Amino acid sequence: MISSVTSFLASFVGEPMADMILNIVIILIKVAVVIVGTLLHVAYATYWERKVIGHMQLRLGPREVGPFGLLQPFADGVKLFFKEDIIPADADKPIFYLAPVIFFTSALTSLSVLPFFDGFAVANINVGLLFLLAMSSLGAYGIVMSGWSAGSKYSFLGGLRSASQVISYEIAMGLSLVGVMIMAGSLNLTEIVRAQYNYPTGFYAIPQILGFFVFFVAMFAETNRLPFDLPEAESELVAGYFTEYSGFRFAMFFLGEYTGMLIMSSIGTVCFLGGWTLPKFVMEALPFLSELPNFVWIVVFLAKVYVFMFLFYWVRATLPRYRYDQLMNIGWKLLIPLALVNVVFSGTLKIMGWF
Amino acid sequence: MPSEYLGVLIFLMVATAFSIGALVLGEFFRLRRPYAEKLMPYESGNIPVGEPHMRFSVKFYIIAMLFVVFDVEAVFLYPWAVVFDKIGLYAFVEMVIFIVILFVGYIYAWRKEAFVWD
Repeated sequence: MISSVTSFLASFVGEPMADMILNIVIILIKVAVVIVGTLLHVAYATYWERKVIGHMQLRLGPREVGPFGLLQPFADGVKLFFKEDIIPADADKPIFYLAPVIFFTSALTSLSVLPFFDGFAVANINVGLLFLLAMSSLGAYGIVMSGWSAGSKYSFLGGLRSASQVISYEIAMGLSLVGVMIMAGSLNLTEIVRAQYNYPTGFYAIPQILGFFVFFVAMFAETNRLPFDLPEAESELVAGYFTEYSGFRFAMFFLGEYTGMLIMSSIGTVCFLGGWTLPKFVMEALPFLSELPNFVWIVVFLAKVYVFMFLFYWVRATLPRYRYDQLMNIGWKLLIPLALVNVVFSGTLKIMGWF
Repeated sequence: MPSEYLGVLIFLMVATAFSIGALVLGEFFRLRRPYAEKLMPYESGNIPVGEPHMRFSVKFYIIAMLFVVFDVEAVFLYPWAVVFDKIGLYAFVEMVIFIVILFVGYIYAWRKEAFVWD
């Protein structure tokens, strides 16, 4: 069918052009699927978080809107869409308008390189991991801009704290992934998963336990989640860098934060937990699994992502917030040396042929 | 495979169009009734005191400078890690020397109390 469409188009615009148009249409469909799927996941991530934390605190969580409160995310979305968009009089307007767009767009664009199952990534680029780290740094621009432009002390302090926290932990996170790169020999996320599948233990979390630990702690700080949520510490800064935002602009920061959590969970899944694959020894023990079509494996990928998401909620319900000096001490005095040790350690073991 | 980057570009355009589009579309449905008190910066109901862009600790600048040093280091490590199999022992020793030099700088920053917050 695709070839007949191509030849039909080619009769109007020529062969190479027709190929390109078809290519773009396929990419657009993939993009639409990924964005819609992600937004639904983000919506229900908020519902799930409220349920989980509710039950951990012996409450029930949302239960009024729809059966079991399942329509709550949509009710919240509709409400935020129709809310008044208040622009404070002191705000630096162009920057104030732009900040949530940058924050949300950079979070969404990270999704373009994630491989959800074998052969499905919108863009299977060979520097995928670097691209993800670059995009998560771009999100910091949205934070700094919103903190600066709102003309409020809470926003300003929140933006400042968040920027320094995100850049501090980004070093630790970037270095913790070097061990994975040494073992996989690639920055392409699909290649990393394939290399992991062929590795005896299946998951890099086992040989890279140190890197995984550093990544796991840095993950919370990068997404401004508890116990490192100082930028938006309610009891000190109201809501931090998005105090002055309301309505749909607030919703964009909110969605961006949850998309960021999904992306960090996906990086953890791809780099340390084998992405969409199960370890090779499981596949050999259960040979019928390799008969399954490719797209079924997205279930495994999502299950691993959900584990990470649940850990985000669990940690939020369990741990109190750190002090700012403690946060910086953990980042600079513990995680960065550990990550550097992990790099040298991984390199040595690789040279000796043990990895 | 530069054609793969087309996917990134299209994704970026769709994501930007989505976020701006949702904001613009909302403009047609939203109420807008501003008045002076509503447009004041939030300060727990009080009239704001002083400048919003206040002076802040110089420590944040130091963190930013250290970030540049260490992030560039991380970026140097990436290509080295990717071709680790092909370059062998020589490059490994070189990189260990590089990390040791950086570690000396790190110790120096530590001794100069760049990481002390109080």
